[in-house]
Amino acid sequence: MRKSITFYGLTFSLPMLVWQALFFLAPLLFLIALSFWSVRNFRMEPDFNPDNWTRMLGRAVFWQAYLRTFLLSASAAVITSILAFPCAYAIAFKLSETARRWAIFLMVIPFFTSYLVRVYSWQIFLSDNGIFNALFAQVGIGPFGMLNSSFGVMIGYLTLSFPLVVLLQLFSLVFVDKTLIEAAHNLHCGRLRTVFEVIVPSAKVGLVIAALFCFILTFGDFVSPLYLGGGDPPTLSILITDTTKSGQQWPRAAVIALTMIATLLAVAFAAVSFAYRERGR
Amino acid sequence: MTIKETLSGVHTRRNILKGAAAIGGGALSTPFLSRLAFAEPVELTMLAWYGHAEPDMVSEFEAENNVKFKPKYYTGGDNMLGLIAQSPSGTFDLILSDAEYVQQLNAAGYIEKLDPADYPFDDFFPEFQKFPGHWVDNDLYSVITRFGFLGVAYNTEAITEKEASTYNVYWTEKLKGKVGHFDWHLPNLGQVSLLNGNATPYDIDETAWDAVQEKTMTLRPQIGGFFDYGGTFSSLQNGQMLAMAGIGDWITGTLERNGAKVRSVIPEEGGLQFTESFSIGKGTQKGDLAKKWIQYITSAKGQVKSANMVAYPCLIPNQKGWELLAKETPEEAKRQGMLLTESNNAMELIRSGRIKYRQLPVQQSLEDWNDFWSEYKGS
Repeated sequence: MRKSITFYGLTFSLPMLVWQALFFLAPLLFLIALSFWSVRNFRMEPDFNPDNWTRMLGRAVFWQAYLRTFLLSASAAVITSILAFPCAYAIAFKLSETARRWAIFLMVIPFFTSYLVRVYSWQIFLSDNGIFNALFAQVGIGPFGMLNSSFGVMIGYLTLSFPLVVLLQLFSLVFVDKTLIEAAHNLHCGRLRTVFEVIVPSAKVGLVIAALFCFILTFGDFVSPLYLGGGDPPTLSILITDTTKSGQQWPRAAVIALTMIATLLAVAFAAVSFAYRERGR
Repeated sequence: MTIKETLSGVHTRRNILKGAAAIGGGALSTPFLSRLAFAEPVELTMLAWYGHAEPDMVSEFEAENNVKFKPKYYTGGDNMLGLIAQSPSGTFDLILSDAEYVQQLNAAGYIEKLDPADYPFDDFFPEFQKFPGHWVDNDLYSVITRFGFLGVAYNTEAITEKEASTYNVYWTEKLKGKVGHFDWHLPNLGQVSLLNGNATPYDIDETAWDAVQEKTMTLRPQIGGFFDYGGTFSSLQNGQMLAMAGIGDWITGTLERNGAKVRSVIPEEGGLQFTESFSIGKGTQKGDLAKKWIQYITSAKGQVKSANMVAYPCLIPNQKGWELLAKETPEEAKRQGMLLTESNNAMELIRSGRIKYRQLPVQQSLEDWNDFWSEYKGS
């Protein structure tokens, strides 16, 4: 039966609608309009100029940066999810109630400090003369070039998203029906098989949403690619700053931003529909 | 009122009213009197590179003139022009600009015409008395306050000064992956243009421009990163980058003063010169105070502060400033090459023709240079 929208229900959902209209829809519409503006003598002028779109989308450097950014973020989503899962699993199923509360608290602590500060401090560990290479030298290996590389970027992405992914996975795992796990054990299902055949499918929605959040956060991240990747080669977020730095080309930067938003919307819809797709369909 | 009357507590109505009026008037006038004694400082807005409105530069002027600077810092001339373009007229009382952008500020009508008689040009070295771009015919629009050279910045433990004395050092095998770029196309491509033997590195025809692009592309495998202001500092300090293209003593000087093993050298192919100058923003209501600041910072005393600026050191155009600097901070005067008694000082470098002005591309558009830079970074 189709539910009718009541005034009472609308009143409660109004703040969310207002928030969406003010902070998502209105800026998005402005960004779309801005992407058609022109820049003359460093001054933006309202216009309907499709040149920004044809110019940006016609450049090889844009598509190279796009592909690179997409692959880096997709890799981050997969790597972070794989690394986070044992952690979330242990907290959900192996720890006592008190220890679980402490573990959740520990996962929240990293958010107390600025992400930029955490990334800067990674430079001290990852540089050629840094702490890790000094430790490697003690055992006669290295030095390894970790800073200003894709490895460095990935470390930054993990710093950004790992605690959040653990928490999202955890909240999904704690709601897994324990009777299903017991049933699997009673039917002599092995531990590993129980994880992959019972727990993961039961927590699928949360696990996919956690990976999606990781993708969204890293896809637009500017800090790690610049300070741990050395901006070499550039990601889309760096390309945006490059575009605005030269001649104040905010309209062309808007084209890049809109392409990123479209990508994120497409990925989010695909991920959500996958998460909620029923087994066997 | 007699003493007796007072002591006896006998008061007439008139006396009470008089006393009340005196006390009330005094109380009411207190804020005005105290405001005169401790008047609110006048706010002076400054659009500048980081450091120009920090306490080491402005505190003395602020105290003497009851002024409070309100800085808005930018990174790069394009950023500066964008900020002005998007602000109402009169937003910025003072604008610090690199020389190549003064003409654009003037063309867009963002700065006021100045009276040359207000400023100590007679104390300046002749080369800076009528600096190109700051004047339109005999009309002055900006006053040079400091300048610096861009060359090869290098780690002194990894490279010798002799090795760093050519831009070719960027291509050496031992620097593979250890050469960084200050992420701005103008100084980097200008250096490659100098290496290609272009006497006017920014005024080059299409053939020379193609050659600059081709040569720059060969440098790409050597590059370890593209850095902003903070990243340039940290990558040189922690030894991650052993050479840095596109910068000079304005960054290595700050690091060197703090003990880092880095230095800059002007290579045999020549160096580039950047110039910072102050203009008065169009529509300002505080023109006189802005003028007073420019007079202060271009005076010998102000120039010594400018040369020693904590954020980044620079050379100064005022000869009397050099003389005072040699007395007050002789080590810094020597380190930066600002001793009149030395034959290889900064002015001699300019006079020998080894230094070229950094400027906007003349025969290509700024967009052409930037597009190439983006492609180079992404390659």
